[in-house]
Amino acid sequence: MSHLRPVPSDPPSDEGGSVGARLAELLKRASRGDEGAFAEFYDATSGRAFGLAVRVLRDRAQAEEVTQEAYLDCWRQAARFDAARGSALSWLLTIVHRKAVDRVRAAEAATRRDAAYGHREVGVSHDETSEAATASLEATRVRTALTDLTPHQRQAVELAFLGGYTHTEVATMLDLPLGTAKTRIRDGLIRLRDALGVGEVGMA
Amino acid sequence: MNEIHALSGAYAVDALDAAERAEFEQHLAVCADCRAEVASFHETTALLAETEAETPPASLRAGVLSGISQVRPLPPEATSPTVATVVRRRRAPQLLAAAAAVVLLAVGAVLWHPWQTTQRDDLAAQVLNAPDAVKIIEKVPGGHGELTLVRSASLNRAVLIGHDVPPAPSGKTYQMWLQQPGQSMVSAGLMPRADEATLLAGDAATASAAAVSVEPAGGSEHPTTDPVAVFPLPAGDTGNDGA
Repeated sequence: MSHLRPVPSDPPSDEGGSVGARLAELLKRASRGDEGAFAEFYDATSGRAFGLAVRVLRDRAQAEEVTQEAYLDCWRQAARFDAARGSALSWLLTIVHRKAVDRVRAAEAATRRDAAYGHREVGVSHDETSEAATASLEATRVRTALTDLTPHQRQAVELAFLGGYTHTEVATMLDLPLGTAKTRIRDGLIRLRDALGVGEVGMA
Repeated sequence: MNEIHALSGAYAVDALDAAERAEFEQHLAVCADCRAEVASFHETTALLAETEAETPPASLRAGVLSGISQVRPLPPEATSPTVATVVRRRRAPQLLAAAAAVVLLAVGAVLWHPWQTTQRDDLAAQVLNAPDAVKIIEKVPGGHGELTLVRSASLNRAVLIGHDVPPAPSGKTYQMWLQQPGQSMVSAGLMPRADEATLLAGDAATASAAAVSVEPAGGSEHPTTDPVAVFPLPAGDTGNDGA
């Protein structure tokens, strides 16, 4: 049985592996009850966690609730985070995203389910988002990498991940045969991953 | 590449429905390639989230920090006694491999689904994929929703999943029931989310029926409303593996 190798949690352009390692260390301290370490972890990650929740939920009050729940989960489960299997940031954001999507699906809010709204957002969302994002070099790098995707792949990835739609819904929204949407999401993620240099995770 | 591998991308971005998600998580337990791929996709989407970063209100920080002061961090994850017991009591040889996979999944679960109580969900996924799983589908009155019961006699467990089942009315919850032959319905737990695979508590192998009813939030000791679905279970499956 093979094991997952450590994931490079920092972009190659970053100043070494310090950020990812520091977040992992903070979680480790948090698992022993160190609230100060967790506060530091929060300060280093909350912009991305909250921004993702807002993007999926389209509602700042709900996004705040979901983000808070996710951080409490992280605090509770910090001992179960394993740096050998992925970065602390992706661990946190995976939790935030799952919670946000589950909330959206449970609520089935009419405005949120308006397919036309989702369509309109495709392709413009990145230009509309906050000042904080514009300031981030990393965000610029990601936007550049996104141009490596075909327009169809990019739409599918964005509707699924940022929009929180199921692959079935994505297929309907993009007028695709059902099987095509999940393939397109996967192909888009592979291309984005490779463009960002995230590859070679745990293929040992 | 078969069909299930192709779901890795949709899984990583939470774009599968509840049944597909449960099925894929079962597959993840035994497929190192998919685990690696999903891990790499999670790293990728973490970077994608960078483009959406937004400063949260100060109230969030205050809420998180006051919240954690009242929550005890869990110890590092141990292996699951529940699953191990079930597995050992039933088919030792074949299921040892499965048990190893489950333990591996439990250890690795932090990455894939840290948001769930993993052991219950692993067991639910095991039931859904058990070789002896039997599926019964019942329509829910009003609308086109249906509830599916999946029972594995060898695992002595059953799982319920709803499709297009409306949420329980405000202040109410769905509650699951099991009935042993000649006895009255006994609670098998609540089903807070009808669209999520939910494990029934109790001996499913010997039960003669399962049911779902709408109950006041918190549940009832006995059903207080007519069940929305009743699943008669075939007799004679005593969980002895049919060998």
